[in-house]
Amino acid sequence: MAEINGSPPGAAEKFTLRLRRFDPESGEAPYWDEHTVELEPHRSVLEGILQAKALTDGSIGIRCSCRAAICGSCGVRINGEPGLACHTHLDHARASAAADGVIEVEPMGNMPVIKDLIVDMDAVHWKKVQRVTPWLIAKQPVPEREYLVEKEAMVDVTQSMACIQCGACVSDCLAMEVDPGFIGPAALAKAYRFVGDPRDDQQDIRLTDLAEDPQGIFDCTHCFKCVEACPKGVNPMGQIMRLRRIAIGDQKIVDKNNGERHEAAFTTLVKDFGLLNEAELLPRSYGGNSWFGKFHPAAGKVLLSLLGVTVKAVMRGKMSPKLAIFGHKLPKQDLDAVKKIYEKIESREERYELNLYITGYDEPDETPVPVAAAASSGEESPAAPDTEGSAN
Amino acid sequence: MPSHDILIIGAGLAGQRAALAAAQTGSSVAIMSKVHPVRSHSVAAAGGINAAINVADDWRSHAYDTVKGSDFLGDQDAIEIMCSQAPAEVMHLEHIGVTFHRNESGELDLRAFGGASMKRTAYVADITGQAILHVLYEQLMKHHETVDRYEEWFTTSLLQDDDGRCCGVVARDVRTGRMETFHAKNTILACGGAGQAYRPTTNALIVTGDGIAQAYRLGAPLMDMEMVQYHPTTLAENGILITEGARGEGAVLLNSEGERFMEKYAPNKMELASRDVVSRAEQTEILEGRGVGAERSGIWLDITKVPRKRTLEALREIVNIGKDFAGVDITREPIMIQPGQHYIMGGVKTDVNGATSIEGLYAAGEVACVSVHGGNRLGANSLLDTLIFGRRAGEHAAARAATIGMPRATDAQLREDSATIDAIIARDRNGSPTRPRRVSEIKQELGDTMNKYVAVYRDQGGLEQALEIVKRLQEESKSAYIDDRGTVFNQDVLGALELGYMLDCAQATVVAAIERKESRGAQFRTDFPKRNDEQWLKHIDISINGKDPARPGGGGVGGPQISYSPVTITQWQPEERKY
Repeated sequence: MAEINGSPPGAAEKFTLRLRRFDPESGEAPYWDEHTVELEPHRSVLEGILQAKALTDGSIGIRCSCRAAICGSCGVRINGEPGLACHTHLDHARASAAADGVIEVEPMGNMPVIKDLIVDMDAVHWKKVQRVTPWLIAKQPVPEREYLVEKEAMVDVTQSMACIQCGACVSDCLAMEVDPGFIGPAALAKAYRFVGDPRDDQQDIRLTDLAEDPQGIFDCTHCFKCVEACPKGVNPMGQIMRLRRIAIGDQKIVDKNNGERHEAAFTTLVKDFGLLNEAELLPRSYGGNSWFGKFHPAAGKVLLSLLGVTVKAVMRGKMSPKLAIFGHKLPKQDLDAVKKIYEKIESREERYELNLYITGYDEPDETPVPVAAAASSGEESPAAPDTEGSAN
Repeated sequence: MPSHDILIIGAGLAGQRAALAAAQTGSSVAIMSKVHPVRSHSVAAAGGINAAINVADDWRSHAYDTVKGSDFLGDQDAIEIMCSQAPAEVMHLEHIGVTFHRNESGELDLRAFGGASMKRTAYVADITGQAILHVLYEQLMKHHETVDRYEEWFTTSLLQDDDGRCCGVVARDVRTGRMETFHAKNTILACGGAGQAYRPTTNALIVTGDGIAQAYRLGAPLMDMEMVQYHPTTLAENGILITEGARGEGAVLLNSEGERFMEKYAPNKMELASRDVVSRAEQTEILEGRGVGAERSGIWLDITKVPRKRTLEALREIVNIGKDFAGVDITREPIMIQPGQHYIMGGVKTDVNGATSIEGLYAAGEVACVSVHGGNRLGANSLLDTLIFGRRAGEHAAARAATIGMPRATDAQLREDSATIDAIIARDRNGSPTRPRRVSEIKQELGDTMNKYVAVYRDQGGLEQALEIVKRLQEESKSAYIDDRGTVFNQDVLGALELGYMLDCAQATVVAAIERKESRGAQFRTDFPKRNDEQWLKHIDISINGKDPARPGGGGVGGPQISYSPVTITQWQPEERKY
């Protein structure tokens, strides 16, 4: 162990950074600008940029402050992927670079560029945060001392509290790229921070608001980009899905955007056929969750509107008419296995939710844990495996 | 021209708390920060916030621990205010939404922290500062109609009228480069410390002593500037902080012989002695050849003693820091740390309401010196300091605003500041006969100098050398050049202004450290190794004449002047400090 982290840090190496520059005062288009820096490989891309700034070009624009992935200032795209410059090692960045080994750093996406790597977060991100009523509406009366709440509940919302508002998830949100009005991953994660907070008095109002908004929780397309982008393991999409589960499962909200019906159709189809039947999905989402859904006028309308796309898909071989009509078929034993999964999940009294801060059992080979403590830790986190914790 | 009853400079915990408190009174309030508020350095406070909320605890015990931690240099009236008001403040934070961790009964859980006689640190995992900062910002978003926010505006000067009162500021919109004069009945400085005058430091790049230097240049005295805290557990190469919460949860310090050396220095509190004591112990071990690592300049922090599940739940952030910034899994192996610059106890001298010696000018948080931390701040007392004195400054300034009219200031200072900035941008790297240096070079030399001579152990020779270097750097900074010629987000030119602020702070620190010929708290003089209450149980105030032309030597000329103020003692007489 002493040899590992006590040895001198790896010798400095040369790294080439290719920075996307934009000078709003020049009238010129953005351009690429290369700088070679010399640093130990485990130093961050931010340290590389700061070295270039200090030694050769002080005009490089990048917001940065803490250098330790806590202030959220230095969100950028590195080799096309969003993240914090201070949180990305130079050697990792070089490994993910194109064949020439040059590390490309660009401003984040989905937000207007002000200068070089600096984007206008107010114009997009902070407006969306303001949209979700981002403050606690506390239950009354306010107690003299603290609100008494379950330990687990506070640990649970700490995951969304851990968001540092860096914008990395906003940068690469695909839904937002298509629909700039989508409230988006960061703001919706913030919304969960209140919905999940037992001290908040307006969970139902918040959820109705977010479900009924056509650019709210059902606008997310489940692409996982934000989960990958988040440097803090906040799992924004997971928070959006939790909002949906609470809205649908607990609050029984049936929204006018067909979000609830779409999810119901989705789960019913997978339960009944073992696989998704795409051709049935939309009619059921709009017309009602059964085989007859397609005959509902609302379903007809949406099917008609999609006719052009469908024809194109068939002509390009992306869809076969047979599949479209009959759907996928699974062998019986596989279908039974799928059904068993449904039964098991549905028979649970409570939903299990994964959380970064609730990471399951201590491994048996760890420092011995007193029996009592081990027992109580087992109760606290019934099934949450360590996957999420180790994944980030 | 914008006018406000109260204008707050800095939007960390002290600034946001001041804004919210002042807005509650109905005053017109604005808060200005050179960065977006949630980027403020309060965000990095990890471990927690102290308050005697346990029914078995008593705020007097908290106050005594704080007095003892300060090595009896803290003013006890201010400490009593802070500690007695702490429980209500923490409950207020809880009520507005901070997600404090709970115990099994659903009450706030408390963890152990350095220098404390019992568990009294409330926390949100190890992101307590972030959680509180973000919750206060939620409140600012809630009250967006009553608190104006100037985000990414850099304050270049405080304004002073002919009677010496502070009447607003000049600031530059970082995004556009536009300069503006802001009128204010009261200005509250809440813009943090000056850690970037050191290298390495745990402090963020934005912590450059702006407010301290601006008040100093106006003539406000700085107090306790020699008291610079070295945190016992920072990463060796880049200064990144490992929270004291780790030791609070049970982590231990080991030297190269695998010895838990704190037994020798603080047999009772061990790793949880006050920070000055632990940092000194580490430095002694390193100097005596028992350091670890290739250069024997580090110490092992062994967190594997803490159950893994607890570490993952309550010390999540440093698990990530270990992995990302040192390549170490702290749940399975020790991590190499060393003492590193972390906090300045000193700052702009204020009373218990945050008022400075200049009418209309307040200060709260690390920029200020009340003094509640004296010679050494206890862990988890800084968040408390920012909130209690931020609130008090906001309330007091609001009360004052109700009694006076809006001052009018001219644009003279704006023109001067614009000219200064234009001149820096126009500086020619080749034009001067004295071969100018880059701003970044000077900053680096300053940081290295302070960390070498004005650190855990100090002596006359080293301090005098530091003073010489700082003076030379001040000269060199006058011709130092930058690259950026633009107006939009010209961070380069702001860096040049920040360098000037850091140099002023550094000079005050060195002058005060030379003056205090004893060892107390964070100031350890190897040439005066004992505490000397007879001669030095007093604060050192450093001031310059400021801009007041009526005062002798006014107009900003004349070097630092030294004076003293008494330490306020209410109930705890100085005694020998043992942990």
